[in-house]
Amino acid sequence: MKRFLSGDEALAEGVRLARPQVISAYPITPQTVVVERLSEMVEDGSLAAEYVHVESEHSALSCAIGASATGARTFTATSSQGLLYMAECLTYASGGRFPIVMMNANRATALPWNIYGDQRDSLSLLDHGWIQVYAENNQEALDLALMAYAVAEDPAVRTPVMVNLDGFALTHTYETVDVPTPEQADAFLPPYDGAGNSFDFENPVSIGFSAGPDYDRYFKYWEHRDMLEAAPRAIKEAEARFAEVFGRRYSGMIECVACDDADVVLVTLGSVAGLVRGVVERLRAQGVRAGMLRIRYLRPMPSVLVATALAGAKAVGVLEKDVSFGAEGTVYTNVNSALQQAGARVPTYNFIGGLGGDDISEAQVEGMFRALAQAADGTLDLPHVSFLGIDSPADAVSEGGR
Amino acid sequence: MVVNVKNMIDDELFFGHKACAGCGGSLALRAALKVLGPNAVAALPAGCMSAVGFNFPQLAFANNAMITPFAATASVLTGIEAGLRAQGKKPDDCTVVGFAGDGGTADIGLQALSGAIDRNDDVLYICYDNEAYMNTGIQKSSLTPFGAKTTTTPAGSNVHGCLTQKKNLFEIVAAHGIPYAATASVGYLNDFIRKVERARDVHGTRYIHVIAPCPTGWGCGVDETVDIAKDIVDTGLWYLAEYEGERVSGQPGGRFRLNRDPKQFASVPAYLRRQGRFRAFSDDEVAAVEQGRDAKWEVMRREWRG
Repeated sequence: MKRFLSGDEALAEGVRLARPQVISAYPITPQTVVVERLSEMVEDGSLAAEYVHVESEHSALSCAIGASATGARTFTATSSQGLLYMAECLTYASGGRFPIVMMNANRATALPWNIYGDQRDSLSLLDHGWIQVYAENNQEALDLALMAYAVAEDPAVRTPVMVNLDGFALTHTYETVDVPTPEQADAFLPPYDGAGNSFDFENPVSIGFSAGPDYDRYFKYWEHRDMLEAAPRAIKEAEARFAEVFGRRYSGMIECVACDDADVVLVTLGSVAGLVRGVVERLRAQGVRAGMLRIRYLRPMPSVLVATALAGAKAVGVLEKDVSFGAEGTVYTNVNSALQQAGARVPTYNFIGGLGGDDISEAQVEGMFRALAQAADGTLDLPHVSFLGIDSPADAVSEGGR
Repeated sequence: MVVNVKNMIDDELFFGHKACAGCGGSLALRAALKVLGPNAVAALPAGCMSAVGFNFPQLAFANNAMITPFAATASVLTGIEAGLRAQGKKPDDCTVVGFAGDGGTADIGLQALSGAIDRNDDVLYICYDNEAYMNTGIQKSSLTPFGAKTTTTPAGSNVHGCLTQKKNLFEIVAAHGIPYAATASVGYLNDFIRKVERARDVHGTRYIHVIAPCPTGWGCGVDETVDIAKDIVDTGLWYLAEYEGERVSGQPGGRFRLNRDPKQFASVPAYLRRQGRFRAFSDDEVAAVEQGRDAKWEVMRREWRG
C-alpha cells in the first residue's frame, strides 16, 4: 500500500514487518520518531514485541545484546552522541556475533552541539565490526529494515547491521513509500534461528568470554573474514529474494549511475545521491560525461567494485558529510585505498560538505563536476581536500553559488 | 524446603576458575548459584569474577552465562529476561541473575541498575562487594571505606588512605521502592543463602549486596576471609538487613528489617588492625569510625526493628 511517510516512519514500518521480539528504545533527535512509532505499534497490538524503556543508549545496545543472546530478534535505534555513547557496546555486539539491527539517524557530533544531519557519527565507528549500509530515500529505508535482518542473521554472517538514514534529509522528509503486507514480509524473512549462538537450557553455554593472546586473533580473524566473504554473498542473496517477493531490485553494495564511459565521477553516500543523480542527467544532456557512484554498503568495504567502477575515469571526486580531523574524509580514505590496491591510477579529490546540516546545492554539485573536469584537463589546480562553502574551488566554478 | 549450607546441592556450577586463594567473591557466586540452580542465567561485567571465570577455552560456568560491558550488568539482564519471555523460552525455575563488583555496581553500573529497578524488570542483581577495584589492582571505588589504603588512595603522611565514606547503596536501591533488597556477608553464609532463596521467589527486581573480602586487597591471610566477613558484621561496620517494597511487605513505603542486632559490638580497632589496608589509621580516626557506626545503628535500631 502506498503511504506518505517520513524516513523515520518508513523505517519503523519496516521494523514492524520484521517482527523483532525485543526493542530497546531511547530517544534522540532525529531518531526519536522511530521509537515513538514503534511504541504505538506495540500499544495497538500490531507488533508483538517487548518494548524496553532503557535509560541510556549504552543500555539500549547492551539490552539488545542480552536479548539477542537468548535467540530473540532485536531492534534498537540511535543517532550521533547516542551512537558514540554506546560505542563500546558496538564491539561487544559484533565480537559476540549478535545479529542486531540498529537504525542510526546520521547527525553531526558535538561540539558545537548540532542536531542536524551529517555522517560524522557512523563514519567514526566504521572499525567497530558492524555492517554499515546507507539509504538514499525512504523506500530504501523501509526495505533495508527487512534486508538488514536477512543479512545479519545469515548463519555464515551473524554480524550486526547499522542502517543509516541522513538526519532530517531522510528522517523528517516525507515521500511516497510502498509498504508491503505482513504476508509478503513473512515470505521474505523467516523467524531468527539463534541456534549455536544463544543460551541453551539443555546444554548450557558461556556466551561472550575473554580470550588471551593465544586465541584472540582467531576470533578477530573470523569476524573479519565472515564480513568480507560471507556478507557480500548474503547481501546479494537477500536482494535477489527481495526482488522476487516485492518486485523491487537493489543494485548490491554500490550503485553506478552512468559510470561506464564517465570522465568525471562523484562518489556519494546516503541521501545526497538523489541530488547528484539529477545533476548527472543534466550534465549528460549538455555533453559532459559525468557519472555517480553511490556507495550503499561501506562495511564490508566493496573495494573491488569501487575500483572497477572508477578505474576508467579521468578524475574522481568523493563527496562526504564527514572529516577525520587532521587527515581527510573517511570515505575518501577508503576509496583511495580501493583504487591503490587495484593499481588504478585515477586522480581523486575530496569534497567535504553538508557538515552540521549545511545545505549542498545543485550548483555546488555541478561545480564539483566542473572542477573535476578542469582538474583532469590541467586547467584547475584542485586541492585534494576542500570544504564546500569555505575553500573549495567547486564553489567558484558553480554558477549561482550556493 | 529452606536451603542451608548442609542441604544445598552438591553440584558445582562455578568451578575450575582461577580466583585468588581466599576469594570472597567466588564463594558468594558458588553459593548463590547452588541456590538458584542450573537453569539460572548469569551475566557478569568486567571484573574479578568474569576475569577468572570466562577464559576461553577454560569456561567455569556450568549454567548459561555471559559477559557484559562494564556498565551494563543490569541492562543485559533486562535484555536476557525480555528475550526469554518474548519467546516463551524461560523455564519456571529460571532466575536471570547478575554478579557485579562494587565498582561495577556503585560506580559505573549504577545508572543501568537504577533503570532496571525503575522498570521493575524480573531480575536478581547481586553485588559482591570487596570494597575496591580489585581486578585492576586495588583502586578506590565509591564502596571503599574511609581510611582504606588502595593503590589510588595511598596512605602517606599527608593523607591516610580513602577520604570518602562508603556509599550507602542498599538504601539508594531501596529508595527506588524495589520489591526486595538485602545486605549480606559471606561470613554469615546461611543468612546469605536464605536471602538468595527469598530473592529467587520474589517477582520483579531484587538486589543483594554481599560483603566479600579480598585477602589480596585487604591485606589479610587467605584463611581469614570468612572470619573477617563475620567480624565486619560483628563490629557493626556492616549490617545484615532486608528491605521489602510496598507490594511485598504490604506496608506503604515498604519495610526495612534488621536481621542481626549485636548486643555488644566486637572490637573495631581489632577488626581494622588485622588488615594491612587500615594500617595508617590513627586512634582518632578509629574513634571517628566508631562514632559513625553508632550514629548509623541508632537510626537502624529505631527505624528498622520490629
